[in-house]
Amino acid sequence: MVSELLKLTGHLAILLLIPPIFLGIIAKTKAFFAGRKGPPLLQVYYDLFKLFCKGGVDSRSASFMIRLAPGIVLSTLLMAGLLLPLLYEAPIHFRGDLILFAYLLALGRFFTILAALDVGSSFEGMGASREAAFSAFSELAFFMALVTLAVMTQSTSLSHIFQWGNTHPTFHPAVVLLFISFFLILLTENSRMPIDDPNTHLELTMIHEVMILDYSGPDLGLILYGATLKLFLFMALTASLLWPPTGLFGFQEIGYLLAKVAGIAVVIGVVESVKSRLRLSKIPQLLVANLVITTLALLITVLGGPI
Amino acid sequence: MDWLLIGIILSAFFLLGFSRLSSCIYIVALQGAMLSALPLLAKGSFQELHIVLMSLGTFAIKAVAMPFLLTRSIREASIRQEVEPIVSLHLSLFAGGGIAVLAFSSIKALPPALPPFSPMAVPVALTVVLIGFFLLVSRTKAITQVIGFLVLENGVFLFGMNLVGDFPAIVEMGVLLDLLVGIFVMGIMIYHINRTFDHIDTRVLTALQESEEETE
Repeated sequence: MVSELLKLTGHLAILLLIPPIFLGIIAKTKAFFAGRKGPPLLQVYYDLFKLFCKGGVDSRSASFMIRLAPGIVLSTLLMAGLLLPLLYEAPIHFRGDLILFAYLLALGRFFTILAALDVGSSFEGMGASREAAFSAFSELAFFMALVTLAVMTQSTSLSHIFQWGNTHPTFHPAVVLLFISFFLILLTENSRMPIDDPNTHLELTMIHEVMILDYSGPDLGLILYGATLKLFLFMALTASLLWPPTGLFGFQEIGYLLAKVAGIAVVIGVVESVKSRLRLSKIPQLLVANLVITTLALLITVLGGPI
Repeated sequence: MDWLLIGIILSAFFLLGFSRLSSCIYIVALQGAMLSALPLLAKGSFQELHIVLMSLGTFAIKAVAMPFLLTRSIREASIRQEVEPIVSLHLSLFAGGGIAVLAFSSIKALPPALPPFSPMAVPVALTVVLIGFFLLVSRTKAITQVIGFLVLENGVFLFGMNLVGDFPAIVEMGVLLDLLVGIFVMGIMIYHINRTFDHIDTRVLTALQESEEETE
């Protein structure tokens, strides 16, 4: 009982405290490639602290939705985080929880879009429409990837799926294809570089950033924090595909988890440094290609049978 | 081995999605190279002279000679992009996925691959053949159609390799040589089409005097 409580606290502590640092790692990697020194690793924590100390201003044309959305987004992400196994089994797990995981993420996005429409600004409407369109593509690939995992491991619970034990087929073709697919989904869902530039504030090119223009103070802090949490969840999911959690609980395992997620963060930084942003019209093509890759992984898995 | 097959099928998908002709040619060359490495890997030895020779010949023709010819003909016809495919690139990618599903689900109806090849080889070959076919009918530039034809031929080659086993080397070399001559002729033809009509859009080749019509 005590150890269960300890594990739950450990899981929550990781979810609550660690995510912002990975944005710092990505920024550092990009700065390294650009030959700059870059912001300190903990910059996002400072930003969050600053935002939470400020007061908020709401748009006069907005309804209660804009005040509601950041909380809902953050709580859906936290719920999703509780379903994802990080070091061992997730605190909450049952059969079919991977569908809940996907829909919790979709719910968070739905409220982001609603709040963006709520403000009534045409820019935010444009961003909302783009977000909805691209996520429709990437969600298809995400579900296909989850189905592939379910077929591969004969289970529909994220905790069971990532309990490979010693039989993990790291370099099975289907697993590597899924890794590529998850990585592209990660870039899309978190609006990273080839899909969307997280640093731009040119209204014609933004997707995600444009939807949060009207937030300020603590609300913006919640949104920023939610974004880092979402990035962390996707990175952990992607990383555990190739290097599954060990199923033990200890400081060594936490270090292992941090190392693999940091590895993914560095890869994201490298990708963002060497790739330029895609034309908007090219993005659906990339996402469809991703869907095709995932379909191929599913076909290989079905053909090869469960691992 | 599985990796090579997946590489071959992925390169076919990429061909559906790229519009830059030079990258299409690189991908076809890569596909040819992977195809030529396949028999060596399947047999797992460099002892049999026949297989080594065949693999080298395939590599020389599919990965070096033909891409070279194609590159030369796009340079002479000075075109870079497939501008208006009949089916848009997104839809062709979707179609590629559909073709793969179709090919993999019909695996029961097809004869199984010979022992050194994995069971995946047959549906992969079928997918590549059908994607080549799709490229052939859905693109409008003569050069992309040649690429589609090459992909189709690669698929047939893969089929032959994992269903029939050992062709006599002389037959295979003859087929490869025929193909090389075919591509050579097509390269010359593309050049001449381009010189006569100022474009290589095959849709308007049947219309007489289309260049005046288009300028009007």
